[in-house]
Amino acid sequence: MNKIKIFLLVLCFAPMALYAAEPGMPLDKAPIDTSDNESLQRGAQAFVNYCLTCHGASFMRYNRHRDIGWDNEAVVLDKLVMTDQKAGDLMVSAMRKNEGEEWFGVAPPDLSVIARSRGADWLYTYLRAFYRDDTTVPGWNNLVFDRAAMPHVLYEFQGEQRLVVKNVDGKEVKSLDLVKPGSLTVSEYDRYVADLVNYLVYIGEPIANERKRIGMLVMIFLFGMLGLTYLLYREYWRDIH
Amino acid sequence: MSKQKNSFLEWIDKRFPMTVTWREHLSEYYAPKNFNFWYFFGSLALLVLVNQLITGIFLTMSYKPDASLAFASVEYIMRDVDYGWLIRYMHSTGASMFFVVVYLHMFRGMMYGSYRKPRELLWLIGMAIFFVLMSLAFTGYILPWGQMSYWGAQVIVSMFEAIPFIGETLHNWILGDFMLSDAALNRFFAYHVVTLPVLIVVLVFVHIIALHEVGSNNPDGIEIKENKNPESKIPVDGIPFHPYYTVKDIFGVVGFLIVFCGIIFFAPEMGGYFLEYNNFIPANTLQTPDHIAPVWYFTPYYSMLRAVTVNFLWIDAKLWGVFLMVAGVAVFCFLPWLDRSPVKSIRYKGPIFKFALAMFVISFFVLGWLGTQSPTPLYTLLAQIFSVIYFAFFILMPWYSKIDKTKPEPKRVTK
Amino acid sequence: MADSFSINNEMSGRRKFLVAATSVAGGVACVGIATPFVKSMMPSERAKAAGAPVEVDISRLEPGMLLMVEWRGRVVWILDRTPEMLATLEKLEPQLADPNSDKVQQPDYAKNRTRSIKPEILVVEGICTHLGCSPVFRKDIAPQDLGADWLGGFFCPCHGSKFDLAGRVYKSVPAPTNMVVPPHVYLSDNVLLIGAESKESA
Repeated sequence: MNKIKIFLLVLCFAPMALYAAEPGMPLDKAPIDTSDNESLQRGAQAFVNYCLTCHGASFMRYNRHRDIGWDNEAVVLDKLVMTDQKAGDLMVSAMRKNEGEEWFGVAPPDLSVIARSRGADWLYTYLRAFYRDDTTVPGWNNLVFDRAAMPHVLYEFQGEQRLVVKNVDGKEVKSLDLVKPGSLTVSEYDRYVADLVNYLVYIGEPIANERKRIGMLVMIFLFGMLGLTYLLYREYWRDIH
Repeated sequence: MSKQKNSFLEWIDKRFPMTVTWREHLSEYYAPKNFNFWYFFGSLALLVLVNQLITGIFLTMSYKPDASLAFASVEYIMRDVDYGWLIRYMHSTGASMFFVVVYLHMFRGMMYGSYRKPRELLWLIGMAIFFVLMSLAFTGYILPWGQMSYWGAQVIVSMFEAIPFIGETLHNWILGDFMLSDAALNRFFAYHVVTLPVLIVVLVFVHIIALHEVGSNNPDGIEIKENKNPESKIPVDGIPFHPYYTVKDIFGVVGFLIVFCGIIFFAPEMGGYFLEYNNFIPANTLQTPDHIAPVWYFTPYYSMLRAVTVNFLWIDAKLWGVFLMVAGVAVFCFLPWLDRSPVKSIRYKGPIFKFALAMFVISFFVLGWLGTQSPTPLYTLLAQIFSVIYFAFFILMPWYSKIDKTKPEPKRVTK
Repeated sequence: MADSFSINNEMSGRRKFLVAATSVAGGVACVGIATPFVKSMMPSERAKAAGAPVEVDISRLEPGMLLMVEWRGRVVWILDRTPEMLATLEKLEPQLADPNSDKVQQPDYAKNRTRSIKPEILVVEGICTHLGCSPVFRKDIAPQDLGADWLGGFFCPCHGSKFDLAGRVYKSVPAPTNMVVPPHVYLSDNVLLIGAESKESA
């Protein structure tokens, strides 16, 4: 009987390992830490400065940023809100949907849950993988998202990269070369993008940290309960012979 | 005090059979004393059903069945409603766990021959519950109106077009439109929150009544009712469900809750299996995601749908695929009449049955895994091979269950 | 053949204890799981945001004029009372149920005869304390329907409750209490914030 159980258990988890492996450009691991409020605050400011013009985060309210250490509404308004929006308002973009379609061909997607669909690693790699490509409309292209409609918004920080294609053992290997440095060094820029992606992960599920905290309490309670109910079960089953 | 209580009970009992019901179904319902691990899943399925009903009611308080509002209303529940995230995760995790416990419950029945006479009808009612559960899962998965909701439903509903002559009309009738749209979302919502829950509750009730009529099977597959104490008329291997199995099931429930809460609080997406990543993108009627796969509990049947690639006889491949998929589910209904073995339980069945069941389980998992993958020629071939094995388990059963070398059943249940 | 069980009708001490302990723990679990469900029915963040305090510019409010604004989906009246109107407040006091506003239907700073911060400006929720209708502002003196004693005030058309020009309820009418004065504050001479007592606590 135990053999069957173990066999089933192994079968249950076997596909998971395989599911993760998808072909394509290898992604860099994003250094995510949603308990790091300073990183999240820097990411939030980067987001409202450079993303919110075109992309909304329209399921997120400004005053929700009490989660990341801005628990006073006046502070939230001061740090994040540049328009006449109120602290309880949703973070909608100033740009209208049809304007986005006109300018970029597609409406820029809402970014509230982008980290849940794309994953942090993809975002982290994507934002660092823009390169100059004069054949495209925006003049930029991207290694992980071919012909992305978005131009390189953070170009001033990162500088300009060019695509280098090498032939290694008959295989094409693509890499990027920084030809014109921006105002940030490579490691500073990585940090900047990491903060931004960290923030995107946070707004994807703002409750995540609280969820795990409550989860720990629930698990401790349940394990106590498991012991108690086991004793109760054994006690009654002493009657059975 | 106790006298008062008794007279109150008498007052009730004259108007409603309360004490009788309690005795018949709990304190004097005699269940075999040798239930093992596999016998937890019936009561757990009931627990998950209650979880789905309660969390579902609370979700409808904030969800909006409107194509332009549905996606945002789910995120509204996740963020703006106090503890809405918990209720939503309980419901989404509950959906997957429902299938986990139901599949294990069915597997239990297959191991110990619980579908055999006199429990054929009990098994068929259970199959009806399984169909309704699948419909519930399908209609529910559409509601968040993400990319997977939309395109998954699109694929499933398109299958109706395969039906000859009436296919297209039927397809449009189901959708209330010429394509999947707000009209369909609205009516699938109605099925999901009214029609199907009422059906499943009634069927579960009937399932339990039928079970208590024939009595529970057990890991030895012998009838405890055939061996009663001549004086007390109680089966010698039976014990009252209450308190013995209530306390045991409570222990099982807590064990289950540890797994359930572990997922809810620490891995609600379950690596993309319980909540698919692409479903965090709002439905886009113009663009199919690169890779679409149904939720894990449908993938074995989805593989069968894709496995048929050739036209055969005068019927085209698409219709064969649909037919195979429906057959993959419906074939369980025939088990009571396919099994010709003189014994019920796997404990006394011979090596051929054990091998066949193992092959069946393997093919179920392989087909399930293949259903999550993008089709390649190799995968399609594998899906074809394992579909054949899957069906062979059923089709060949009348033959191999008869010739198999069985061991004699014991007179009394064993530990 | 004996039955395979023998129920202990006499519950042992250990069994009693375990049943009690499991019941208590189960009770705790039930309360624990009921709490989020009950809480989920409280006003959501969206409702709270929609119910945020409102700023009102009262520079164009003239004496005797009533301004209506919406806060949390309810009507709030801002009435600029003339000296004649203010004079009626004292005269009517014998006819009022709670002339000193002893029942807490207002913030402390509005517990005075005029029920206001600035004597002439009344800020009050325009909702009858009986069953939630919105009373009518009747500034006409001694009209036919309300009688010769009427010096101006608010009259509820639903069930006939009467209030004076400070929202105080008359005796012997269905409404039990004075009308509610919401929390409010003057951000400047002409800008009123309704729903909060300071900009920060908003």
